Amino acid sequence: MSTHNIQFELNGQKRTVSVEAGRLLIDLLRYDCGLTGTKEGCSVGVCGACSVIIDGEVTSACLTPAVFVDGSSVTTVEGLAKDGELTPLQDAFIRKGGFQCGICTSGQLMSATALLQSNPHPSVDEIKAWMMGNLCRCTGYYQIVEAIQAAAEASA
Amino acid sequence: MTTFDYHEPASLAEALSLFKKYGDDAQLIAGGTNLVIMMRQGLVQPKHVIGMRKLRELRGIAPTAQGGIEIGALTTHREVERSAMVARFFPALCETFGHVATVRIRNQATIGGNVVHADPAQDPPPMLLALNAEIVVASDGKSRTIPTTEFFRDFFEVALESGEIVTAVRIPPQPSGVKGTYVKFLPQSKDDYATVAVAVVMKLGSGGTCEDIRIGLGALGPTPLRAPKTEAALKGKKLTDKIVAEAAALVRDEVDPLDDIRGSAKYKREMARVWTERAIKSLIK
Repeated sequence: MSTHNIQFELNGQKRTVSVEAGRLLIDLLRYDCGLTGTKEGCSVGVCGACSVIIDGEVTSACLTPAVFVDGSSVTTVEGLAKDGELTPLQDAFIRKGGFQCGICTSGQLMSATALLQSNPHPSVDEIKAWMMGNLCRCTGYYQIVEAIQAAAEASA
Repeated sequence: MTTFDYHEPASLAEALSLFKKYGDDAQLIAGGTNLVIMMRQGLVQPKHVIGMRKLRELRGIAPTAQGGIEIGALTTHREVERSAMVARFFPALCETFGHVATVRIRNQATIGGNVVHADPAQDPPPMLLALNAEIVVASDGKSRTIPTTEFFRDFFEVALESGEIVTAVRIPPQPSGVKGTYVKFLPQSKDDYATVAVAVVMKLGSGGTCEDIRIGLGALGPTPLRAPKTEAALKGKKLTDKIVAEAAALVRDEVDPLDDIRGSAKYKREMARVWTERAIKSLIK
């Protein structure tokens, strides 16, 4: 197996790491970088628990070879809050009860963050269409949609 | 994941040379949404993986001299879905790409990877068939085009020779007044593969006569299919409800679905009829 030195920006900090060809981004983040906020659920790109933002686009870390992020900027849930200050979206998830067990929450937050970056004031239908790739096994979908709406209103 | 060496060529020439050198031991990777899963499950065990991400020349959408469009193999589904050029050229093509899985997968998955993967339940191929699209392929110093009707050979099998790389999907100009639609029957969840899928590209003349129609079918056989008998039963006819219903009934014998988690073969034949009829009628108003 070949190894590769890759450079990327992780939550605003430059990183240089050596990865094997078969290393996936989800494992690079969790095991090599110690950022366990990103969860692995289905391992086939369906559940959305491993959603991260790469160069502005929400992506499945479980389907992304680590070598793919060479030269890119990666944001995980650990990169949302700045100096202990939650983003309006994170705050809205708490206020609206946008989670129950929490396993899907990092992915929901990353997906919704990407949504609000590309469409700051989405309609309910737009929220549902975008977020359908993030499954909540507790089925707390209404509160997640409400949280995203509330975050969008807060940034009006 | 099995062990392999990863290569990242900086040009198409370099990619072709590596692909030729490693032959059947090599797999190309574009977005990775199919190949990573197949490697994790041990279904594909390449010794060499050739990453295409640096080949900027294979990414993007451009008009062709003939008045059609050419979509570079590394263009993502999301880019096709949101392209203003594609929307002007044929809105139903944007809609078709928008039906694929989720935003997250569409950000990653490419059109080249899609056609090469050749799962008959994928969304874009039936529409590409109905649009008479061609697959543009490069190999050592040469390039050729393969009509989509010849490209898909069997489950997960396409008409590529060893060492050939798909560089683009080319869609010919469509006569003015041609309309299209893609309908996808999803009894389980919105991001699922289709139980049956129907693409219709049709031109209606004066008085509701069908001047031309092309029907592409997904999840209804070992490859995406055209429906020539159904098309013939509609061409040149005034499309009354009766004519459309009779023609759509023919589609049941043009398909060859499997029993699987999404329904029995018998059920899918019947749903092929229902959704073909609905798709055609939606274009008649």
